[in-house]
Amino acid sequence: MSELQLRFQIQIQIHMKKWPLWEVFVRSKNGLEHRHFGSLHAADADMALENARDVYTRRNEGVSIWVVESKNITASNPEHNGEMFEPAQDKVYRHPTFYDLPDEVKHM
Amino acid sequence: MSPERKATIMSEEQINNLEKQFEERIARDEKIEPKDWMPEKYRKTHIRQMSQHAHSEIVGMLPEGNWITRAPSLRRKVALLAKVQDEAGHGLYLYSATETLGISRDEMYEQLHTGKAKYSSIFNYPTITWADMGAIGWLVDGAAIINQVPLCNTSYGPYARAMIRVCKEESFHQRQGFEIMLKLSNGTPEQKEMAQDALNRWWWPALMMLGPTDAESVHTEQSMKWKLKRKSNDDLRQQFIDQTVPQADILGLTIPDPDLKWNEERGSYDFGEINWDEFWQVVKGHGPCNKERMKARVGAWERGEWVRDAAMAYAEKSQERKKKQVV
Repeated sequence: MSELQLRFQIQIQIHMKKWPLWEVFVRSKNGLEHRHFGSLHAADADMALENARDVYTRRNEGVSIWVVESKNITASNPEHNGEMFEPAQDKVYRHPTFYDLPDEVKHM
Repeated sequence: MSPERKATIMSEEQINNLEKQFEERIARDEKIEPKDWMPEKYRKTHIRQMSQHAHSEIVGMLPEGNWITRAPSLRRKVALLAKVQDEAGHGLYLYSATETLGISRDEMYEQLHTGKAKYSSIFNYPTITWADMGAIGWLVDGAAIINQVPLCNTSYGPYARAMIRVCKEESFHQRQGFEIMLKLSNGTPEQKEMAQDALNRWWWPALMMLGPTDAESVHTEQSMKWKLKRKSNDDLRQQFIDQTVPQADILGLTIPDPDLKWNEERGSYDFGEINWDEFWQVVKGHGPCNKERMKARVGAWERGEWVRDAAMAYAEKSQERKKKQVV
């Protein structure tokens, strides 16, 4: 492959590369957790932060932003919700109301 | 019966079952989230409606962008800039919500740029005077709010969440438009005339924004089921008219409809015939600005290509440099 061809190929590759997708998490004020706000496209993490500022916090909605490239998130599959979450359903003994106490016991 | 044949029947049955469960979930007001199973038609309908909605926000920046540099005062200019920036933001919320259904941003852009996807026809009308900024905010955003508020409760989670954010931001848009109209209406006779002229031109297209009449609307029944729609187009239109006519009275302007009349019995305004031929002409691409809008949009996309590529090349180079430093 000639140098020119190679350069052309590289150019095409660059051209084909799209800005990846990022998930945006915003802490609306100190004391609260970061919450998922949405997503956006950006070339890199710095740009993702700047874009997140402009897209999701135009009206003081946040004091802190996290961005993470969407491909780095591992999500559970709703089709497996049964084996994933149902085991918790029959464990009532994990709740305080499961335990019988005489009425005289206050504040417990 | 061959085992394969049996397997297909099973899966058809399974699909029917899944569909039934799906419809029941929506009827119970449960939200559908991106990774949940959904009927193909639900996915497609949502991709169509949500991407059209996003495209409308993006193309909707163009008629107003026309006046940013010519706003009559700094106060008006910062407000208009903020409004146009909001519209970019609304487009981005909606595009990213649509992407959760498995279509890429680039595919959506391509559909817009090739004319395969539509956007709201209202943006194919020209903005020829400053009063048009007032009329758009007051009437176009007013009609948009009526269309959009019910969507905050729609069944698809990412769409509903995006719409809640959009609706919160939209009310400033309508107020800034009404304020422009009020100022002009209370100004010199020429200014008042300008406001009246803008109302004359935007009134009917704004009524058309609420969609074809119920008799002509093809998607209504299914959309009601999926909560993409809570009220019919005609009901929404009546709601818009009933709330807007008293506002025109406050402005001292006349709605350009000789048949407009309060109907005591219905508790609503009767109104004149809408020119649906005009509506369909504009939808089909023959409005005053269809070509201009697409040219501006595609041009901006193409002229920005080297910037997008350069940003990507820079990101990759920085990444490589970091890797080398680690070694």
